[in-house]
Amino acid sequence: MATVAEAATRNAALLPRPWRVVAASRESHDVVTLELESAAGETSAWQPGQFNMLYAFGIGEVPISFSGGDPRRLRHSIREVGTVSRALAGLVPGTLAGVRGPYGSAWPLDAARGGDVVIAAGGIGLAPLKPLVERICAERNDFGSVSLLYGARTPVDRLFGACLADWRAQGIDVAETVDHADAGWTGQVGVVTTLVRRARFDPATTRAFLCGPEIMMRFTALELERAGLAPTAIALSMERNMQCALGWCGHCQLGPWFVCLDGPVFDWPRMRELMMVRGL
Amino acid sequence: MLDPSAYELGVTDLDRLLALLADDGYNCLGPTVRDGAIVYAAIASTADLPRGWTDEQAPGHYRLRRRGDDALFGYNVGPQAWKQFLFPPRERVWQMSIDGQAFVPAPDVDAATRHAFIGVRACELAAIGVQDRVFGGRPFHDDAYLARRAGAFVVAVNCVEAGGTCFCADMGTGPAVEAGHDIALTEVLGGDAHRFLALAGSERGAALLERLGCGPAAADLASRAAAGIEHARTSMGRRLDTAGLPALLARSLDSPHWETVAERCLACANCTAVCPTCFCSSVEDTADLDGGLATRWRQWDSCFNPGFSYLHGGEVRRSTAARYRQWLTHKLGTWHDQFGSSGCVGCGRCISWCPVGIDITAEATGLRERDAHKAERPAAAART
Repeated sequence: MATVAEAATRNAALLPRPWRVVAASRESHDVVTLELESAAGETSAWQPGQFNMLYAFGIGEVPISFSGGDPRRLRHSIREVGTVSRALAGLVPGTLAGVRGPYGSAWPLDAARGGDVVIAAGGIGLAPLKPLVERICAERNDFGSVSLLYGARTPVDRLFGACLADWRAQGIDVAETVDHADAGWTGQVGVVTTLVRRARFDPATTRAFLCGPEIMMRFTALELERAGLAPTAIALSMERNMQCALGWCGHCQLGPWFVCLDGPVFDWPRMRELMMVRGL
Repeated sequence: MLDPSAYELGVTDLDRLLALLADDGYNCLGPTVRDGAIVYAAIASTADLPRGWTDEQAPGHYRLRRRGDDALFGYNVGPQAWKQFLFPPRERVWQMSIDGQAFVPAPDVDAATRHAFIGVRACELAAIGVQDRVFGGRPFHDDAYLARRAGAFVVAVNCVEAGGTCFCADMGTGPAVEAGHDIALTEVLGGDAHRFLALAGSERGAALLERLGCGPAAADLASRAAAGIEHARTSMGRRLDTAGLPALLARSLDSPHWETVAERCLACANCTAVCPTCFCSSVEDTADLDGGLATRWRQWDSCFNPGFSYLHGGEVRRSTAARYRQWLTHKLGTWHDQFGSSGCVGCGRCISWCPVGIDITAEATGLRERDAHKAERPAAAART
């Protein structure tokens, strides 16, 4: 008869660890940020760009990128789109969430030091980029001009409004646009791509980081190429159905890549041709 | 150094071999006849094997028929692969309760059963090797799979006849058993004699053959066994030209050929269910009524299933053409990038068990022809 300890180690890779919800804050009508601390005194050596598998007990598990925090306190911003993400977003402080991770590749931030930076985010895509922006702010002198181009569907979908103001104050050139304006919106209307043309950067030294819907990343990467960036200087975060994050379940395959293992952060040359094929 | 002795076994010796494995605590599994097909199930003796049966295979076609002799292994592969025992179709991954402060894992239900696989063909051995690399050859190891794999004793059988949908010779996986087995048998019938050439493939295989205490193989046995394997090699029912195939598929992603397959493909997922290397699975979380006890299951999934590529907003691969393209380009192409080999071992199951008879070798050829045609056309255009 197997012991409990054996049971826990045999499938250790698939076993969520208990992390306590210490704060839950609503970012928008459909996005909630959870702050988690380990119930077992564990820490997580995560990097911006990586993700955790978050488990709502008895309901299910989904991949969610880190949107901030530190090794002891993790932040995950969750958009409510399905049964599991709704259950996770509904967790109240004091309850447990399951955590497996960190998984996947990180934003290649070190390669950006000494040059300019363009960060383009679409919708919830700002969440995986947020810890990257925070690192840049913390080491602001290591970087030249830094532009954050952020597109939301409508003004009420805008995320991290307080952060955006804070980042502006720290010397980040934040440009925003919305797909559809409302009566109170006085800013830019249109797709994120249009913001690329207005951003100031030296293409020879610029590194770009993109996260958002595939079509937005594809057009933004092409626009950045036209502006003179080397394809290898563009990094993007891909999304696919993921059920294990370990390279076993096969759902996240994209061409030769397992998005969970080889990604989610890829350089543009690895994605360029694949993203031109419909339904791959 | 492995004992190179070649032993000669009779049918009764094979029965004693099965008895020794059972004594050693192995659950012996082998080919049996059920519902008009040869399927793998528990066997106690050679009486349980499909004596005198063979199979007829063609695209969308599988029938058993009598051979007219007493061969125990006179057929090729049936609908099932050994995969079902190493990577179960549905598996409880874990179960745990929540006590407010912690998750409490329940004891594992999967007792450490050690299986002995009897009658594993070269292509199937290659397929097991492929799955070993999927579950144990990359950063994350599936410990449950690897425990089952380490416990499995493999008695392989060389094919001396090839089936109508076989093409292992072109995939470099057979028909001769070469590695990964404990014992390799070759069945040789002739006159009144019913003999098996037995060679060890591992130390534990050598030890078992020594315990069996059979005499050395007669001079003609090895040569007749080799001739049988050569006969299988030269009578493959299918051919697949693998030259440059991964690159050809990589540049064929927008080939019109995918649509012509999709006109026939039902996206039924039979091919992935019978494939011995397909490893995709889905994860399902369940809970009891009061939500205090949660269970995680893992079950086989297929890239042909509608929800397989689901991402918020819908499926990435909406069309049958996109799904077939994913299966074929992965199996014969990108598998090389991921695991250093083809994902196809040439067993032919996907051809026989496709309800509309889609033939992976014919589709690969079709893609090759379109590719060649595409290469010619720009040149023709340039001339005009």
